[in-house]
Amino acid sequence: MKTTGEEGAPKRRATAETMASRQRDISVSEFFTKNRHLLGFDNPAKALLTTVKEAVDNSLDACEEAGILPELHVEIVEVQPATSSNQAARFRVIVEDNGPGIVKPQIPKIFAKLLYGSKFHRLKQSRGQQGIGISAAGLYGQLTTGKPVIITSKTGKGRPAFKIDLRIDTKHNQPDVVKDQTVDWDKEHGTRVEIELVAAYRGGRTGVLEYLEQTVVANPHLALTYVSPKGERLELPRVSNELPREAQEIKPHPHGVELGMLQTMLADSPGKTVKEVLCDDFSRVSPAIAVEICRLAKVNAKAKADRLHGDDLERLHQALGEVKIMAPAATAVVPIGEALLIEGLKRRFPRAEFFASTTRAPKVYRGNPFVVEAALAYGGDLPLDEPADIMRFANRVPLQYQPKACAISESVYQVNWRGYELPQPKGSLPIAPMAVVVHLASVWVPFTSEAKEAVAHYDELLEEMKSALRECGRKLASHVRSRKHADREMKRRSLFEKYIPEVAAAIGGILGMESGKVEKPFYATLPDFVKFADEEPVQAPKDDKGGGSPPPEGSSPPDEAPPPPPKDGAPGGKGSKGSKGSKGKKSAELTLVE
Amino acid sequence: MAAKKSAAATTKKKSDRDAATLSKIEKLARSVLAEATRGHNPALEIRTRALSNVSFNTKKKIIELGDRTQSREFFNTAMVRKFMQTMLVASKCKTLIDEGKTVSIRQMYYMSKHTLPNSTENTFEDQNESDPIIEDLEVGIDALREELHLFATRRGSVVGQLVIEDAGDRIDLARMGRGGWSVPSICEPDVIAFVQCKAEFILYVEKDAVFTRLNEDGFWKKHNCILMTTGGQSTRGARRLLQRMSLELKLPIYVLVDNDPWGLYIYSVLKQGSIALAYESMRMAVPNVRFLGMSSFDYVKYKLTSAVQIKLKKEDVARAEQMKAYPWFKDKKWQREIQELLDNGFKMELDGFLTKSISFITDEYIPKKLRDHDFLQ
Repeated sequence: MKTTGEEGAPKRRATAETMASRQRDISVSEFFTKNRHLLGFDNPAKALLTTVKEAVDNSLDACEEAGILPELHVEIVEVQPATSSNQAARFRVIVEDNGPGIVKPQIPKIFAKLLYGSKFHRLKQSRGQQGIGISAAGLYGQLTTGKPVIITSKTGKGRPAFKIDLRIDTKHNQPDVVKDQTVDWDKEHGTRVEIELVAAYRGGRTGVLEYLEQTVVANPHLALTYVSPKGERLELPRVSNELPREAQEIKPHPHGVELGMLQTMLADSPGKTVKEVLCDDFSRVSPAIAVEICRLAKVNAKAKADRLHGDDLERLHQALGEVKIMAPAATAVVPIGEALLIEGLKRRFPRAEFFASTTRAPKVYRGNPFVVEAALAYGGDLPLDEPADIMRFANRVPLQYQPKACAISESVYQVNWRGYELPQPKGSLPIAPMAVVVHLASVWVPFTSEAKEAVAHYDELLEEMKSALRECGRKLASHVRSRKHADREMKRRSLFEKYIPEVAAAIGGILGMESGKVEKPFYATLPDFVKFADEEPVQAPKDDKGGGSPPPEGSSPPDEAPPPPPKDGAPGGKGSKGSKGSKGKKSAELTLVE
Repeated sequence: MAAKKSAAATTKKKSDRDAATLSKIEKLARSVLAEATRGHNPALEIRTRALSNVSFNTKKKIIELGDRTQSREFFNTAMVRKFMQTMLVASKCKTLIDEGKTVSIRQMYYMSKHTLPNSTENTFEDQNESDPIIEDLEVGIDALREELHLFATRRGSVVGQLVIEDAGDRIDLARMGRGGWSVPSICEPDVIAFVQCKAEFILYVEKDAVFTRLNEDGFWKKHNCILMTTGGQSTRGARRLLQRMSLELKLPIYVLVDNDPWGLYIYSVLKQGSIALAYESMRMAVPNVRFLGMSSFDYVKYKLTSAVQIKLKKEDVARAEQMKAYPWFKDKKWQREIQELLDNGFKMELDGFLTKSISFITDEYIPKKLRDHDFLQ
């Protein structure tokens, strides 16, 4: 240990004044150029995905807000192939929608000014949140290729279509219109974004195709056309004509509002009483409840809001968290819905044999309502001996990076799938032909970073996710069980069927009878000793045997009616919920959704 | 004359017996068919042939099969194959009876073996599968193996002062040369009759080599007896023959086996029957058969040297302990005999007497044992 003697003191290098001369504003754009990884542009492959994603998210948000069934065209064109192994290729990303279009004066700001948007200031569920995405993509393109972003937009029939080439003035975070023209566009309305960028096209888990396929799962109302760099064309017609209900903008809910936010809200309301602020600026707070909150907090309800501080403020904050109050309006959050989740899954896995979905009731997280949904597809052509596939969604947007850091993955790991008849090595994913969907819909999704790649671990969220997964798991378990049972019985049946001719021949030989005659009573008795569940296995290939047991939905009641009641002894409802054919099941869920 | 008469009686009796067996098989088939027709699970009731269903009848001194049965059901995945096999064997036995032919159990295995359609599965994969099924059928319909026109592998030789008639042929067992008369697997009165007996006792030896030694030495001539062997565990035919000789000729039977648990067990089976064939004990066991040797005490008594010792293996000890616990070995002298074997820590073979001299067993050992009445019963 050295002591710092006087003679050891270093020489001053700068004074406060000289340092001040070097301190100045940092433009957001400048910041971005140095920190592109924060927004998801850390490598060429990811940059391509992020660009497509930001454009598609914006288009979908715009269409839904306008009440238009979205019809998107996504195209990626390879402008210049990779020259050498370390020089990435150039691509042009084109995303065209049938949305409401953008009025001309707004176009430069939306696409060429960072942190400009309509979504940041509202408490409303939407895909984009910060108003940084699409302009960041444009900036990335500009930085890597020097090419401007080209926007074409038209707001309605008979109106002109504008085609604008934009650059971002990175020093001042201001748009710079390079070219501005009016063009002919046969579309009634919509927006087309073209960005050229240095990128790499990849397949697999983090590729563009995977993103689009997942997007289609979470957006059954989306009709999508995709043209890949190789020119392959993928047409995905919509499977639902139902536009998601419009999410209501809401005020913060008293449960979970942070102290700092409460302080700001009170301070911003000069002239108002505490009671008035509580009633006006929070959701679900009636005058009676406001009084109750003040009573709990031992705060005078008529006190001036902007005068409240110190202990009073803290007690008020505590009371807000404790008061019994209605959950925030579910209308603020728009889940996909159980039936549509299944439709979405079916679009991607048409050959899966079983689907289940669950939409949980809305809950509150830090004053923000949220809904967790889970769904799964099982069996069919899904890979048999591989870990289940997880699709993570936040406000219908697929999350493809950082699965390990995401609360959604964590929830799938934490559920004990062995309880639902699936093998699951300790601490890992279930090994099953299964694809799992978890969707978190919220006015504010807590991401781990601004790149919006993973949902942060918060107990309230994690618990809801696990509950949703467990509900799906229970539905699946009864299917797997009846499937296993059916398999077992099928094996038993074929075993008996194999030996009947032998036994019949032997008996026939002993009694001098024709073996065909001896076989008959055995075959007649066989069904009594082979018990299938209420239903036949989904893809029972039997065409002649067993009468009407395969699932022609209408015909089952008449002659199949007798068996079910004695079988379980349980009320009919239980039996049918557990293991009815997919037809009956779907309708049950449709009614649930309503 | 007598021979002819008995032969005629034999054929007559045979057809009666065949008719009875046939009706048993048919009854079985009909009941199975009737159950299936009624929508029931067809089942065969078969008495359990396991240690748990076997008891020692202290009065008759034989091992008997209990009444516990197990149901072999058709509509049961664990039983259906065996059910099929049982019916298959039953049907083949009917064919045998119809055609008046008798086959070995190995031949029965081939008779009933075929590949199931559209598979690689056979009705029987090997004889180990078909042998127990035959026994099941015997117990199941209460028919003897020979009544089903089946016979087991034949083993065993006899020489000595006895004239018999086998299927009409008169045979003097004193003129059988070195090999002896080979014991057929079926030794029922309708095929084998004792014509003339000059012997005073029967000596049954475990080993073929000892049989040859004694035969070469002319033991049976000198001692006026019948000499018999089966070369290892006795067969059904040999046991049946022994019992009949015991009952009909009223001759004492002496048994000479190696001094080890296996030898003791051979004696035990002859005396009171086996667990596997407990249902046949009545026809095969010879409760008064005498254990002449080789006793654990003979090592000292006959001044044998360590050259004859074979160290007991772990399995030998376990087997001996097991036998010590059998109710039919509960007698004090048997307990002493087995305990001595364990205490010795070694076993001995009859061939060990050749350490003394080639014919020690013929000239000294057996005569002295007989003279001294040195046997267990």
